[in-house]
This record gives sequence, C-alpha cells and structure tokens, in this order.
Amino acid sequence: MKAKFLIPLLLFVVLVAFLAIGLNRDPHEVPSPLINKPAPAFDIPQLEQANKTFSPESMKGQVWILNVWASWCVACREEHPVLVEFANSGQAPLIGLDYKDQRADALSMLSKQGNPYRLSGFDANGRVGIDYGVYGVPETYVIDKAGIIRFKQIGPVTREILNQTIYPLLTELKKS
Amino acid sequence: MIPEFGHYALVLALCIALIQGVLPLVGAHFGRREFLVLARPAAQTLFMLLAIAFGTLAWSFYANDFSVLYVAEHSNSQLPVIYRIGAVWGGHEGSLLLWIFLLSTWTILVAQLSQSLDEFMVARVIGVLGLVSSGLILFVLTTSNPFERLLPAAQDGRSLNPLLQDPGLVFHPPMLYMGYVGFSVAFAFAIASLLSGRLDAAWARWSRPWTTAAWVFLTLGIALGSWWAYYELGWGGWWFWDPVENASFIPWLVGTALLHSLAVTEKRGGFKSWTVLLAITAFSLSLLGTFLVRSGVLTSVHAFATDPRRGIFILIFLSLVVGSSLTLYAWRAPKNTLGGKFSLSSRETFILLGNVFLVVSAGSVLLGTLYPLLIDALHLGKISVGPPYFNSVFVPIMIPLLVLMGIGPWANWKNTDLLVVIKRLWSAGLVAVIAGATIPLVMGQFTWLAGLGFLLAFWVMASGCLQIARQIKLGKPARSFVGMQVAHLGIAIFVIGVTMVGAYQEEKDVRMFTGDTVSVGGYQIQLQGIQTVPGPNYEAIRGAFLLSKNGAPQATLYPEKRSYFSSTMPMTEAAIHVSLTRDIYVSLGEELADKAWAVRVYYKPFVDWIWGGCLLMALGGILAMTDKRYRNRLKRVAA
Repeated sequence: MKAKFLIPLLLFVVLVAFLAIGLNRDPHEVPSPLINKPAPAFDIPQLEQANKTFSPESMKGQVWILNVWASWCVACREEHPVLVEFANSGQAPLIGLDYKDQRADALSMLSKQGNPYRLSGFDANGRVGIDYGVYGVPETYVIDKAGIIRFKQIGPVTREILNQTIYPLLTELKKS
Repeated sequence: MIPEFGHYALVLALCIALIQGVLPLVGAHFGRREFLVLARPAAQTLFMLLAIAFGTLAWSFYANDFSVLYVAEHSNSQLPVIYRIGAVWGGHEGSLLLWIFLLSTWTILVAQLSQSLDEFMVARVIGVLGLVSSGLILFVLTTSNPFERLLPAAQDGRSLNPLLQDPGLVFHPPMLYMGYVGFSVAFAFAIASLLSGRLDAAWARWSRPWTTAAWVFLTLGIALGSWWAYYELGWGGWWFWDPVENASFIPWLVGTALLHSLAVTEKRGGFKSWTVLLAITAFSLSLLGTFLVRSGVLTSVHAFATDPRRGIFILIFLSLVVGSSLTLYAWRAPKNTLGGKFSLSSRETFILLGNVFLVVSAGSVLLGTLYPLLIDALHLGKISVGPPYFNSVFVPIMIPLLVLMGIGPWANWKNTDLLVVIKRLWSAGLVAVIAGATIPLVMGQFTWLAGLGFLLAFWVMASGCLQIARQIKLGKPARSFVGMQVAHLGIAIFVIGVTMVGAYQEEKDVRMFTGDTVSVGGYQIQLQGIQTVPGPNYEAIRGAFLLSKNGAPQATLYPEKRSYFSSTMPMTEAAIHVSLTRDIYVSLGEELADKAWAVRVYYKPFVDWIWGGCLLMALGGILAMTDKRYRNRLKRVAA
C-alpha cells in the first residue's frame, strides 16, 4: 500500500471528525451582542391590565429575569412548568414579555397553566422584541441591578440551566 | 390500510436490498454462480417494492389521508392536486423516499441495459448499489418513516410551505436527486472494478454514459433550482452560495472533472486511479450534501426541521460508505498500471489541468461551506461565509479553466505541437480580444471584469466554431464531438449571462403611488393600480404595472403579494417580462403610509442566458451519451 493513496482516506477521517463535532453544536445559537450591555428601554401596556404600562426602568436596583413568551409558541408550553417552579422559589422577580400574541389567547394560557410572571408586558407588534434581538421564542434574559443584561438563553429554560447557570448567576449578581 | 401497505413494502424492500447487497458480492468473490444470478431479480423486486411504497405515499397525499402524519404536516385539502403530488417530496421523509426510489430506478436501468457486460461486473455493481440502498432504507425506517400514523387523524393538514407551492417544486427536487443519485452508478462501477482488480478502458467505457446521464440531470436540477429562486424568492438573484445550493454544486464540479477524466481513461487507459477517486468523491459529496441538508449542522435558507438522531445516522452511514470505499481505494488502486505515456503538450495534460482547476474550485466551495462548522467545532466563534468569499475565490479559478477550454480540444492525444495549435487559434484569440474590448463599450460602461468575461466567453465560442468548421471539412462529425461543442458553447453562453447581469443590471427600490413612473435600463414602468384578487388557497394583492419603452407600451405586469390561509408569512410573486436580451423584474413590497407601495424593479440584461447556457450544457451531455458507440452497444443488448 503506497502512502499517497491513503491521503483521501485521511482527509475524509478529519472531515468526519469535524462533522461529528458539528452535529453537537447548534448553528442557530448566536452569542447575543446584548450581553453586558444595558437592557433596551421600553414602555408598553401590561398584559393583564391594559391601562397600566411596564418599563424596565421600574426594576432598577433589583436583579430580575425577562422571559419572552407567547401562547402560540409550543416550546414555551414545555418551559412553562420550569418557570412556575422558578417563580415559586422566589429567587428573583420574573417579568414576561408576551410577544406578537392575542391578548385573549395569552390570558387563557396563563389561567390554564398557571402564571409564573409578576406581570407581563404586551408586545403586540413585536417592536420590543426587535430591540432585544428576539429571533425565536422563548428567550430569557437575566438583568442585573444596574439594568445590564448578564445572560441570555435562547430556547426553553430547563432545570439544568436553572441549576447550573441561572441560580449561581443570581446569587452572584445579588451580592454586588 | 393503504399506508400500511407502503410501510410493509418498505420493510420488505430492506430485506431485498440486503440480499441484493450481500449475495451477489459474495458470489462474485467466491465465483458462486447461484449467488450471482440473484442480482438482477433482486434489483427488479426492490424497484417494484419501492414503487409500491412511493405510490402509496403519493396516494395518501392525493386522497388527503390526514391520518398519515407526514401528509398532515405537508398537505392540506385546499392544496391543488399538482402540489399535493409535489408535496410528497416537500418534506424530509418523502424526499428521502424519493432519493431511494430514484436510486432503485438507476439500479434497474443498469440491470436492464448491461446484458452484454461481464456477469461478475454486473453482479458487483448491483451489489454495491444494493448496499447503498439498504443503508438508506434502514435510515428511513428507523428515523424518518413517512408512513407514521397520526391518531386520531387531523381534520385538515398543515399545508405545504407557500414557498414550495410552485411548479418548481414539482420538477426541481426529482431532477436534482436524479443527478445526485445518478453518481451512485459511476461509484458502483468504480468500486466493482476495484474489487475485481480490473480497472481498464472497458470499465471507463461502461461508466461514461451513465456518468454523463447523471451529470445532465444534475445540471438541469441545479439550473431549475436557480431559476426557481430567481422568480419565486423575489430577491432577484440567481445564485446565493447558500449551503444547500453549494451541496449540489460541489458534486457537479467534481462530476464535470470525472466526465473529462473518464474520457482519458476510455481513450488512452490513463488516469485510472484518479478517475476512480473522482467517481468515489462525486458520490461521496452527494452523500455529504444529503448529510449537510438533512442534519441541520449548517444554517441555510432551506431551513429543514432537524432531529439529532438523523444527523448521527447519516454521519455513520457516510463514514461507512466513504470510509470503506477510500480504504479499498488505498488498498487496490496502487496495483493499477499506468496508461499510455503522454508528453507535456498533449490533450491528456490539458484535461489533467482542467481537472485540477475543477477539483480545486470544488474544494474551495466545500471549504467555504464547511468553514462556519469548522470554526465552531474548534470553539473559535460563530461566523458565516457569504458571497464575497465565494466570488473572490471561485471566479479566479474559472478564468484559467475557460482559457484551457479553448485550447484543450485542439490538442491531440499523446503529443501535440503547440505551435500548430497556436497557428490555428490566433483568429479565435483576436475575436475574443475584440469582443472583450467592444461589448462593454456598447453596453455603455467599460469595466475590466466585464471585458474579461466577454473575452473568455468569445474565446471559447470562437475556438468551438473553428473546431466545428475543421471537423466538417474532415467529414461528418461524431455525435459525441457535437455534444462536447454544444456543452462548451453552453458554458460560454452562461458566462455571457453572468457577466452581463453582474456588470449591467440596474436595481431600483422606490416608493410609488398609483400613476407614478419609474425608469430602469431605458424602460418606464408605471403603477396603474392595486387590487385584491382571490386564489385557490390564498388571497393576493396584485399590482398592475405598465411597461413601456420610449413611450410605446410593451406589456402589463402583475406582481402579487399573497397571503396563504395556512401561513402567516406573506409571499411575494414577482412579475417578470422576459426577452432574449433582458428581463424586467417587478416585485411588490410592503404597503407604506398614504396608499403608497414599496416597489422593487430590476433591469437584468441577458439573465436568461444563464439558464439557457445550462440547458445547452445538458443538451451537449445528452448528445454525447447517445453517441453511436453507446447506441450500438444497446442495440446488441436488444438483439
């Protein structure tokens, strides 16, 4: 066997190794440019009480979590029990951002599955979502006392993510 | 019941494919005739079973059987019948079934048309195809079963993605897959000859028309896809260097190299190892393309749903098929004798150079396509590679290739006097230089890139005309010679189209009120009115635009913006006024305030030459593969 005839095979082995690693990485998961930047400001009507508005400004001085959700989003339903659990732990206030949704649908979902949110902002036309770079629902942001985004989760929050990332981060942020 | 028949047929097909894949190969190895003879009947049975499986799935779509999950996800009772049939391959599961069905179609064609071929060779070829089939059928059955039931049945289907509700869907995937899958035949011939240790001119003569046939389908499939993107996506482009496009283009480049290399192996017995390697590579790249498209490791406009199990399965399958082939290659290829000797200035050298350029260009497209994945795998960040990379890397490699295309066909096998070639070609060079210098001026603006494009295109064309004139003097040219000339002419036409669009297209994004006029490329386009019109499963907002030149009306164009009932995403249907020397492309955008509309208009000179060139290439391929020497062989088969 002459060595040069093995070259194609070797090249292929290297390629397969890369493809195998590539399989375990998600190409859609792009690091958010908003990490360590101030959370974009907004002032929008609340979901439950349309005559009141919500603005991130009002959360200054607290570590809090913003969760983008919608009644039409299947993955949000998956995530919902985890969020309810999180809300019960009382670790940090959870604010919802109901994204491109119908008010009635959203309220009915919350009444059926429980409402983990202290309150939800109602982003009917997705304007706030654009500022936050939302491209898939659900997305979750951890925002510190100074209003800086410290962590962003794309896709459902799972128990592992809560335990391994979000809880330690909250403890750390609350200390400062 | 009917979908269960299909499912059952598919399970049986797996068993038959295993028989087809194992016994003939064993028989050929140990010289056991009783196993050898199983090859053909197995291939025939497999084809029948897959036809049943495919037919039942098509029937479920036709009959709106929404108790089949795949049907419920990709069809809808309001969908016109033609798209319900197209929807069979509108999703992952069905398109894989189509892949396998076409593989079996190629297999049976080989089985039927190779009666005069050595029994052992046929058995091995069919055996290799059987192994490939069984792997893919197993994949469908375990991870992508199109017959899975949805109980209780859905009231109505989710409907087909509106982007896909277009005649393009009906033809583009089958064509493309015929090409992709067709390279499996060249692959099987290559593996069979490696197994038997008989890599000779006969092997090349047998696989050449098959390779050409696959290449023709692939050419047409890619061209159709490009044309579809052009008129359907509403972006006005014809090629986006999207990973999925590249996945079909890379095998095309290698397949083109293979065609030329096979010519050397057939005529001169040379380049054997190289040709075998290309045959393996072309099919491996088709499989890799399937992996890239179906596993979701790359982001693409062809956003397919992904399931990690599928990616792992295809990767394992890919590793087995390609890994074992390349191992066999490393083991057996060094035993090849070299072909006839040739000097530095000979047709062999020119073809080899052309091959190198084609393979390098395929490699650079592959690198650009996989680069985001490589960088991510090395934890170096997330990047995307776009048209700037591909254009700046790919185009320069094509320049020497086009120069070679004008010279190569003039050279004799073995040895040629370059001075004689130059003497014959100087007039073609002159024509090319004049064309390169004057056409840009006629078009109104000289750029070096445009000049170069025309120079190369006319160089290829003029050289071709001289060859044809010379050949006719020598007697009636063979059909394969005409085929080569037509295909090369197609390349020249293609280059003209690309150059024209690249250098002289005009694009305007305007805000228009009814009555407003916008002018582009010497044409005036007036918005006459906007109205709402109903469609079978959508409602459209249709604009009426009057196209005129120097005040003389030419046509009325009706671009639409469609809202499908089943989807929230509005679809743009551009209106295109086609003519030989230019397209006028009008696309309706969003409604702005005060009843104004965003409108995009393009003037695209010679854009249809791009696809015209592809058609000529395919026609050239058809002529070449139906040359007398291949037809005679078929006649012998029939007799």
